[in-house]
Amino acid sequence: MLGQMENRVNLDQITTELDDTCALEDLQASIEKLRDAFGVDHMVYHWVDSAGEQYGCGTYDDEWVQRYLVKQYLRVDPVVVGCFQRFHPVDWKRLDWSGKPARSFLADALRHGVGNQGYSIPIRGPNGQFALFTVNHNASDEDWARFTETHGRDLILIAHFFNRKALEFEPGRQPEPARNLSPREVDAMTLLAMGYSRAQVADSLSISEHTLRVYIESARFKLGALNTTHAIARALSRGLIVV
Amino acid sequence: MLRYIYANELHRFPKLGHTMFLDRADQFRTRLGWDVHVDANGEERDGYDDLNPLYVIWENPGGCHGGSMRFLPTTGPVMVNDVFGHLTGGSPVVSPLIWECTRFCLARDAGSNVAAALMLGGGEIMTGFGIRHFVGVFDARMVRIYRAIGSSPEVLGSEGEGRDRISVGLWEFTPEAQKKVAERAGVSPELSRLWFARDFGGGNRSKLAQTG
Repeated sequence: MLGQMENRVNLDQITTELDDTCALEDLQASIEKLRDAFGVDHMVYHWVDSAGEQYGCGTYDDEWVQRYLVKQYLRVDPVVVGCFQRFHPVDWKRLDWSGKPARSFLADALRHGVGNQGYSIPIRGPNGQFALFTVNHNASDEDWARFTETHGRDLILIAHFFNRKALEFEPGRQPEPARNLSPREVDAMTLLAMGYSRAQVADSLSISEHTLRVYIESARFKLGALNTTHAIARALSRGLIVV
Repeated sequence: MLRYIYANELHRFPKLGHTMFLDRADQFRTRLGWDVHVDANGEERDGYDDLNPLYVIWENPGGCHGGSMRFLPTTGPVMVNDVFGHLTGGSPVVSPLIWECTRFCLARDAGSNVAAALMLGGGEIMTGFGIRHFVGVFDARMVRIYRAIGSSPEVLGSEGEGRDRISVGLWEFTPEAQKKVAERAGVSPELSRLWFARDFGGGNRSKLAQTG
């Protein structure tokens, strides 16, 4: 059922598996598990680089994926057109579907099992790399609005986790330095791991709770975690903090 | 009114865009004396303007710029990490849920409502896109202006003295702060939401439903 998460632990486990993945093919298994965890019809990751190369994984029917490529729908797909070079999440309802090519594209998509609701997250990588992470479902406007309201932030993070992982598999790519925790982030995560409250941690670091929240948010992203508990577990298992 | 415009769409609003870059030159070079680049057209632009940032711009009735600010996600190159990393705990602040806000600019003749209206726009972005924090770079003069409109950033670190003083800070938007800012801006929350919806679509719902 839409958005009926079995439990957070499941989601934490899937994002851990995603982060530990060593092969591009494993992304497909991750996206299928995420689709099931969120209880949606489809989840798709779609990469386009500056040379126009495409890579994707996801749960759309193979027939639709092939058709999309053969028909060169990349050029008319309002989701791609509306998200390209942007960085805010987009509900498909907000896109311009009014043109004839867009309308016939949509009709074709729906015939091939694509749902009527979509939420797409554009991702800007280095050197003109661009990716889209899309969640797709058949639902009423009200149910969909509730779903994106509840899970939007998690989906934005997951979208970026996917892209970060996909970039790792690029040949000749340097490791991402931005994934190291800063000294302040290490301090914050260590104290939280020791069981101190946020107020106590902020107090010991002589920073406000607001500032602490920013450090935690940044550390969560670097650690590939959706919540603080999971981020602490990841930091411990990767040996980034010691308690 | 407020407009939300990505850099690659700015050409559709030539007067608004040109006067924004002129006002930036006026604020950052002429008034603050910062070492910023001003081109032959009198426009102040930097490398971050080339990364297709999102501008939030207050448009005066005549179509000219009244005030503006610039947003980029911290997952890509941003000033707070590239230039002011030493002010933020020595580390990049990186998350798609944290955006950077820079080049907060007010035209010379801007009314006191304009700064508040821009903050209101920042609140719409947070609510509309699930953004949790803004981290910003701002000059000393802005600290007073932010305080006056009831939306003070929390300063993470500063450097320089007097009018050269530059700070990195954080904003958050609680519903109460948002209400206060809306009052100072003289803009109803409903109108503010309409401006946001206009620039980020929302008028095509029925068409999609029909086809679906």
